[in-house]
Amino acid sequence: MTVITTTKDVESLTLTLVAEFDATPDRVWEVWEDPRKLERWWGPPTFPATFTRHDFVVGGESRYFMTGPAGETPRGWWRIDTIDKPRRLDFANGLAGDDGEPVPGVEPMSGYVTFEVMDGGTRMTAVTHFIDAAQMQTMLDMGMQDGMTQAIGQIDALLSPAPV
Amino acid sequence: MVVAPGLAEEEIDRIFGALADGTRRDILGRAIGHEQSVSALARQYAMSFAAVQKHVAVLERATLVTKERRGREQIVHANRATLGKAATLLDDYEQLWIERAKRIADILANSKGELT
Repeated sequence: MTVITTTKDVESLTLTLVAEFDATPDRVWEVWEDPRKLERWWGPPTFPATFTRHDFVVGGESRYFMTGPAGETPRGWWRIDTIDKPRRLDFANGLAGDDGEPVPGVEPMSGYVTFEVMDGGTRMTAVTHFIDAAQMQTMLDMGMQDGMTQAIGQIDALLSPAPV
Repeated sequence: MVVAPGLAEEEIDRIFGALADGTRRDILGRAIGHEQSVSALARQYAMSFAAVQKHVAVLERATLVTKERRGREQIVHANRATLGKAATLLDDYEQLWIERAKRIADILANSKGELT
């Protein structure tokens, strides 16, 4: 069973999520590194993500879009700032325009993920930091908020025992 | 009115500045009722399309509305309460990450038997 805890710091607009997975750090790392696996969890089920580029090296960038129920395709990008496989990953995540490229003047949010070996699995800590409320809104508007209601409906399905 | 911690002073200024104008309050009111295209909004007012577009842009900068391109139309959506929203946004973001973590757990569970 996956244990998930979160800490919100409203003052510094930072969200910390800690999840314990029943898998080795290498396998958890893979869901970040492999774009086909990343696509399966990055977007909500109603806004699946498609990564058209995923240059998973320090300084490398990614481009992705999400496909909403009405066919809308909000776009985003990543920039990988640190890679310490399979221990730590630092990246920036920003909003892209219709051309798929970063929107000039819109600051990306920054985040890092750490992977620690723990008894029988991996503790993954994902920290996301926002600059301001407007930025949070912008990122949430990328299909995330609209997908929320339906995503909640998926919780039950996900809570049921995973197929063996 | 309660202003959420985490909102920068500059943003609060933008929000109040945007709401200081009657046309913009009216546009926001319509968008709260139902999403509006900029051209539909422009028909409601005795001003040019460009002028209405400018008002929408001010509301957008204040994060009171968001604009979405749909074909040739620009659709204006009202944002959920911008005032006092930082905590709510963090809640939403928290939910998003919880869902992501659950999906990762699902992928890891499902790929256990894979030979690849």
